[in-house]
Amino acid sequence: MPSNKSVSDAPIFQFTNCRILRSHQLQREDLWVREGKILNPEKLFFDEKGSADIQLDCKDSIIAPGFIDVQINGGFGVDFSLAADDVQSGISLVSQKILSHGVTSFCPTLVTSPPSVYHKVLPQISVRNGGPHGAGILGAHLEGPFISKEKKGAHSEHYLSTFESGAFQDLLATYRHLDCVRIVTLAPEMKRSSEVIQELTRRGICVSLGHSVANLSQAEEAVRHGATFITHLFNAMLPFHHRDPGIVGLLTSDQIPARRRVFYGMISDGIHTNPAALRIAHRAHPKGLVLVTDAIAGMGLAPGRHTLGQQVIEVDGLNTYIAGEHSIRSLVTFSPHLGPCVF
Amino acid sequence: MTRPQSYDEGPRLGAKLSGGRAQQGAARLDSFFILDVQETMKLIILENYVQASEWAAKYIRNRIIQFNPGPNKYFTLGLPTGSTPLGCYKKLIEYYKNGDLSFKYVKTFNMDEYVGLPRDHLESYHSFMWNNFFKHIDISPENTHILDGNAADLQAECDAFEGKIKAAGGIELFVGGIGPDGHIAFNEPGSSLVSRTRVKTLAMDTILANARFFDGDLSKVPTMALTVGVGTVMDAREVMILITGAHKAFALYKAIEEGVNHMWTVSAFQQHPSTVFVCDEDATLELKVKTVKYFKGLMLVHNKLVEPLYSMKETGAERRQSKKPYSD
Repeated sequence: MPSNKSVSDAPIFQFTNCRILRSHQLQREDLWVREGKILNPEKLFFDEKGSADIQLDCKDSIIAPGFIDVQINGGFGVDFSLAADDVQSGISLVSQKILSHGVTSFCPTLVTSPPSVYHKVLPQISVRNGGPHGAGILGAHLEGPFISKEKKGAHSEHYLSTFESGAFQDLLATYRHLDCVRIVTLAPEMKRSSEVIQELTRRGICVSLGHSVANLSQAEEAVRHGATFITHLFNAMLPFHHRDPGIVGLLTSDQIPARRRVFYGMISDGIHTNPAALRIAHRAHPKGLVLVTDAIAGMGLAPGRHTLGQQVIEVDGLNTYIAGEHSIRSLVTFSPHLGPCVF
Repeated sequence: MTRPQSYDEGPRLGAKLSGGRAQQGAARLDSFFILDVQETMKLIILENYVQASEWAAKYIRNRIIQFNPGPNKYFTLGLPTGSTPLGCYKKLIEYYKNGDLSFKYVKTFNMDEYVGLPRDHLESYHSFMWNNFFKHIDISPENTHILDGNAADLQAECDAFEGKIKAAGGIELFVGGIGPDGHIAFNEPGSSLVSRTRVKTLAMDTILANARFFDGDLSKVPTMALTVGVGTVMDAREVMILITGAHKAFALYKAIEEGVNHMWTVSAFQQHPSTVFVCDEDATLELKVKTVKYFKGLMLVHNKLVEPLYSMKETGAERRQSKKPYSD
């Protein structure tokens, strides 16, 4: 059937025989798209008297929005924290490979590194839209170096840093180029963090709390100054305690400013967090949950040794360790771990 | 349009209310002829809602296919809303999906629409028709017509609607339901039996019946509607009324066993040359046993209207062949 040409000449696509994700449910509905925008078919029918130009039979597939991964350190042999000459090709490789895993946008993440790495890598990262060529790049996630020594996890202790002398100027000296930075993870208990958080927020950069020994009041103050995210909840922070819930307490805190929501990243591979803990967090604050992979260069490759910034990582089966140590670190494979995450 | 040969069964049906002769009439009709669609009221009684819906859908399907619609000859169909026709719509959608029926050359005219309800409100009749029928079939948007309850000049909108029906050549088959107060469309008790499309204030009975679609909150139910008139539906060449459920039984009784009366507006169809009432057992609960038995006895004959069930998959030649009437 020809489409009505009064509003637009662009062809109208109708995806049929499919299930779409709508109102938190999978519903059997057709999906109508014109010029990359989803149409309301009822409006199209009655107002425009339009109909589909091209019908596509989805053979009972699900059409779902793509995943957004806000914490991914590399993959397929690429380590985003390496001071390479050609950072773009590494990012492009990862962006192309993760498409088949359902990820359509991501934030390349840099772990704690010396300033020279940031000075070299950050200018080479550019924000760009995704497409058939690969997932979109939303901007860099800088995890460290302004984090707590006690909760450094797999980060290199040697390059941890503070901003207690110059506050935001110290941060700027370390990173230098902030144009393509989207998220910064820091520990809010550090001196002068409030000023830093305020300035980052003013510049439109999302501040995330993580790798920290902050108590609940310190975390709440950080949120008051603009922090809106928590980096991999439960990991690299003080455990929930009933007299001081720490950063975890932000999920149910009543000190969050009105109309603001605190989001929390969660690594759901069953190793970083126990699924029962995951469920507690989800039930407490279902609208804040953000799944992340925190994947490393070894993702998608056979077991072996890879770098994670300044550290060397050993992948052995499902577990990954700092070479020589045995503390919990991050995810190796992708979808098997995102898969079981349906609540 | 070719119609099957008709036997002049006028006198026999006229004697329908005197038992013995009716039985005899039914037996003779059964062995001889397919009833013509003209000049008779047919009461089709099926066991339950699902079967009644299916019979109605089959009838509509056969009528459209036998009409043989094309680009210069559209089949004009009047359509209702509400819970009663849902089963019928589902079956029609099924027939379309199987390739047995197409709505490409069908024009539809809905009976009514609430006044003042936004068109995309979940309970508007536009939304009802889209979600329950239009979006599942191959009908062109410009061939559907629903009154606009948000028009600037409501009466002008109604007059224009009448004009559109006229321009389309009149309605071939008007499908409707019945309210518990015996109304057709929103022609509430007291409506003129020669009324045309107009604005109506809804009766309390209707508002109560519709409250279930508005979370049971009476204050949310619209109080006015645009509706086709009794006269408008009477102008259709054929009328089919769907009536299911015990709560409609009294209205059905008033509609066909009592006189023509403006307090029970569906009764006007006693004076229409060709009306089919399709019901389930529950809807006949207030009728005389005699009436029910008579029409049940005629089911063998009436079923010939839906058997054979035609399909658009057959070529024109095959279809014409299978339409041959039985003869003695």
